Amino acid sequence: MSAAHDPDHNPAGLTVELGRDIPIRLDCGVEMDRVVVAYQTYGRLNADKSNAILICHALTGDHYVADPHPLTGKPGWWIDLVGPGKLLDTDRYFLICSNVLGGCMGTTGPKEVNPATGKPWGQSFPVITIGDMVQVQARLVDSFGIDQLFCVIGGSMGGMQVLEWCASFPERVFSAVPIATAARHSAQNIAFHEVGRQAIIADPDWRGGDYLEQGTYPKRGLAVARMAAHITYLSEAALHRKFGRNLQGDRDAFSYGFGADFQVESYLRHQGSTFVDRFDANSYLYITRAMDYFDLAAEHGGVLANAFKGTKTRFCVASFSSDWLFPTWESREVVHALNAVAANVSFVEIQSDKGHDAFLLDEPEFHATLGGFIEGAARHRGLTAKGGRP
Amino acid sequence: MMMTLGNGSLRVDLKLIADMVEPGSRVLDVGCGDGTLLSWLGDKKQVDGRGIELSMAGVSAAVAQGLSVIQGDADTDLKDYPQGAFDTVILSQTLQATRAPKDVLSNMLRIGRRAIVSFPNFGQWRVRAGLALGGRMPVTDTLTYEWYDTPNIHFCTIRDFTELCRALNIRIDTAIALDRDGAVLPMSGAGWLANLVAAQGLFVLSLGD
Repeated sequence: MSAAHDPDHNPAGLTVELGRDIPIRLDCGVEMDRVVVAYQTYGRLNADKSNAILICHALTGDHYVADPHPLTGKPGWWIDLVGPGKLLDTDRYFLICSNVLGGCMGTTGPKEVNPATGKPWGQSFPVITIGDMVQVQARLVDSFGIDQLFCVIGGSMGGMQVLEWCASFPERVFSAVPIATAARHSAQNIAFHEVGRQAIIADPDWRGGDYLEQGTYPKRGLAVARMAAHITYLSEAALHRKFGRNLQGDRDAFSYGFGADFQVESYLRHQGSTFVDRFDANSYLYITRAMDYFDLAAEHGGVLANAFKGTKTRFCVASFSSDWLFPTWESREVVHALNAVAANVSFVEIQSDKGHDAFLLDEPEFHATLGGFIEGAARHRGLTAKGGRP
Repeated sequence: MMMTLGNGSLRVDLKLIADMVEPGSRVLDVGCGDGTLLSWLGDKKQVDGRGIELSMAGVSAAVAQGLSVIQGDADTDLKDYPQGAFDTVILSQTLQATRAPKDVLSNMLRIGRRAIVSFPNFGQWRVRAGLALGGRMPVTDTLTYEWYDTPNIHFCTIRDFTELCRALNIRIDTAIALDRDGAVLPMSGAGWLANLVAAQGLFVLSLGD
């Protein structure tokens, strides 16, 4: 089912080219004057342009929030939340989600052709930051003539973008929902990313990043990177519940070899092999780097609260009890910084054993809390309540 | 915790607190439960309300009503707020469950212009009698826990509390003695009689000169 019963809705998504008039200046100093952004919208922008919600996707996500993925055919990654009458109600709100800068689903990134050379960017693509991604999103929001977003929402790396939005464009964010995220990437998380990057770089088919030109693909390296990362998205309890030490269906004893004896091995291999069909290895390097560089306090004199000084944004911070990739204490640090500037903030740690991925899954308590927050924010923004449309 | 008595009316002691809050003021309710008091204050007095609550169920219920509530507790989450962030900071029936009541009180009056605090009075005759005559840790209508499962780790009497206020240079602007149902008793809330008779004390505090 497509999220919108909107006849104009294009499930394949849309693109726009930005930066021609005013180049986009990246944190690394490079200026880009032709940035293509692939994005998707749901619902309709109201007359005073006050009902727009920007959804920020995570590391390997994209703008197919509530449409089937064009490569895998799987339902949109937040189909549980986005649709008519759902929590992010496409009958009431205008939802925007764009593929991040450096991504590989249509937005300018290492996989795309560099107009200056006629060849894929590959490793000549500039190193990007979360701030750069947000800057491009801001240009996209400009292109709709939207001054202030009703809400910016996202989990994990999407949550980093939410926080960056609130720090860089505070007056443009009426409400913000950073989920399962942190104001800086931890040493442990950088370490996991480095394992993934080294797996890609060590694959001979990576060819110094030039694989597209040389007709190879580092799929073994990228698959290993995904396997390692995937473990960090789950919890020990979730892995145990799902697989335990169970052997694969057709086996009743060890093979005394290195095939996938255990179900969990087979599951991870599957995760790795399907990932390489939909994701670009260089994109993976660039986007993980952007997350590693993220440190909002460092950008504000070492004091996180400074990032939010004078903010009028209404915040709803959420974490999950079994998330060890972005543990609750990191969300609490954000909350404490917001308290220090007397910001309007709600915070809840949801009890769940599903690990980091819980933000993508059916978590009724989380959805109830989030729904109440959005509804409350809509009331304060003067957006018409459900069933009370003019 | 159920705080309402049906059809939107507040529990007696909460109504008493609610009546003391100025319309349109900034309020922090520490230990706000499901947000009943904040919700009432928002609807009836248009306050800019915030809450802190320990339980996920409480926070969820409060946020789901559109209230601004964070999961946390009085011991760890008051220190971050800037000085004078609130007009009124409320701590209802929670002081005795905090690890450092003295720091909590000090923080409340740092971040708020005034504080409203209510707590069970351990000096009440029932408690005294329970210990003196029964020889057991008292379990009463307002103190229902056994010694081994109580979250209440810092009990005090009304007199203990007024002594602490004096030591911290905290001014007692209002002192009200309450019975076990939260009804007001006709006596000075800070006096010796209150300390003997009241099941609960309700105090409005500000910093002394």
